[in-house]
Amino acid sequence: MALDILGGIGKALELIFTGDPELYGIVSRSLLFSGMAIVLATLWGTPIAMLISLREFRGKSLVKTFFNSMIGIPTVVLGLLLFLAFSNGGPLGFLGLLFTPGGIIIGEAILVTPIIISIATTAIEAVDPDIMNLARTLGASESQASIAVLKEAVNGVLLSNVASFNRAIAELGVALLVGGNIAGLTDVLTTAISRYTARAEIPYAIALGILLMVLVFLINLAVLLARKAKWILTIRKFPQWLKRHRLEAER
Amino acid sequence: MKLTAELKNVTKTYGDKTVLDGINLQVPQGEILALLGPNGSGKTTILRILAFIENPTSGEVRLQGEPVDFGDSAKARMQSTLIFQKTVLFNGSVYDNVAYGLKIRKTPKILRGEAVKRALELVKLQGFEKRPARKLSGGEQQRVAIARSLVLETKLLLLDEPTANLDPKNAGIVEEVIARVNRELKTTIVMATHNMFQAKILPHRIALMNEGKITEVGTPTEIFGKLSKNLASFAAVDNTFAGNAKATSEGTTLVDIGGGVQIEATVQRQGGVSVFVTPQDIILSKSQFTSSARNTFKGRISEISDLGALVRLKVDVGRVFAVQVTKRSFVEMGLNLNSEVFITFKASSVNVV
Repeated sequence: MALDILGGIGKALELIFTGDPELYGIVSRSLLFSGMAIVLATLWGTPIAMLISLREFRGKSLVKTFFNSMIGIPTVVLGLLLFLAFSNGGPLGFLGLLFTPGGIIIGEAILVTPIIISIATTAIEAVDPDIMNLARTLGASESQASIAVLKEAVNGVLLSNVASFNRAIAELGVALLVGGNIAGLTDVLTTAISRYTARAEIPYAIALGILLMVLVFLINLAVLLARKAKWILTIRKFPQWLKRHRLEAER
Repeated sequence: MKLTAELKNVTKTYGDKTVLDGINLQVPQGEILALLGPNGSGKTTILRILAFIENPTSGEVRLQGEPVDFGDSAKARMQSTLIFQKTVLFNGSVYDNVAYGLKIRKTPKILRGEAVKRALELVKLQGFEKRPARKLSGGEQQRVAIARSLVLETKLLLLDEPTANLDPKNAGIVEEVIARVNRELKTTIVMATHNMFQAKILPHRIALMNEGKITEVGTPTEIFGKLSKNLASFAAVDNTFAGNAKATSEGTTLVDIGGGVQIEATVQRQGGVSVFVTPQDIILSKSQFTSSARNTFKGRISEISDLGALVRLKVDVGRVFAVQVTKRSFVEMGLNLNSEVFITFKASSVNVV
């Protein structure tokens, strides 16, 4: 058995490094679907977050609590709900989204919307409330002033995107139940791992597992680096800084 | 007389609280008008209404003769800009901040750069374009905020206590800029102030405010001439006291302001007078020292407020005086609430009206 696993890992690495087309087809679908889902969720989630954070209305804390608790919705439950909605007899059956890439994208977008809304709302609420009035007194219209506030919260919005991407690329329930795990069409990293494992094609499963881990790791590393970008820029400017200080010292 | 702004019977209420009560005010073109009054008298609310970021509950506001529709005040907002008491900056460079309003106005990029440069020169921050705005000192930040409004060359410039949190050097630069844009660009200026010195020197007219009403409007000479009558509005102005003056044998005047405190002044006066001493003119020490200054009083620190580089203290010597010291002096002197201190000022620093 131990030999099997070791052999599996060896085969998996071979698949990865030889650029197996089936393997990388799955990876690119995963990236595409999750990426599209984040774009969609950001497009509708950010305006909702702005409404929640910048407007006063009754039941505001209830709405916030709702989105906060929806962050933890089990993906299988959401997958099931969407399956029922998208299936032929379901209320949205006419859209023909079941077992299509579009279905996965919309499903994952719905899955991560609470993450986007919750994190972005917190970030926008943390912006100095006077920024809105400042923009207005400098001549901004209401929508321009809202954009000024959003710009101040841009780090929080980016963070919400990354957290959402992590959730989307690593989830199984929605992709499996709404996408149907059709090889070469709607299978993504997680669903393909489960399929290959069930079929005892262990090298493929391991290779996909490694790639999934590497992707998640790289994304988080990129965020970490982006946060440190200022620091890096400072290092790049260090020679100029040193020169300036030497000149000043000489004076 | 062409009016830049006019408030007609303007009222503002929040719930059942009336903040402005039937305000009528005319601001002619090219004038500097100061709003003077205690906290909560409605100064800031008037400024926010004139900046069109707050709607009046009732009444009419006219800008250059035209009534402003508060449902659609975007156009009016282009002609009026407010500098807040608390400095608010956008995250980004000094240039990003100062150019913001120009971008909104769709000024071409090349003109934007020149305008920003000129505005920064006005507030003595030339060459600061690329600096991150929020990394500047408090005084520099407020000057960026002022440049950001000046660059727009609006008809109406509104300032809410523009120097309240500034040290004397930065305050001086800001006062100079206010006077200069008014003189050179004929910008109409409405400012709220607590600073007696500023109120006496800068504005053409002063509107005294108390409890949401304008109690008196006039030139600084007119207003300060009737100081004792208007004392309620001056309650917020530091170190202003009503008292009884009598001449001394040395030719100076001794003013009894109550609480066992008698202030010596060089001006010769008799009877009921009002006096004020600017906080900047008062020296604070831990022990009494020999000097030529005629007024020294022992007291205790009753209030401490941090203004960044400066610390503002209230010293109770029988009457309460406001004193400003730098943060560094404050720390080095080891001062604290209830510390025993001496305040000292010259007889010639005492203004009697």
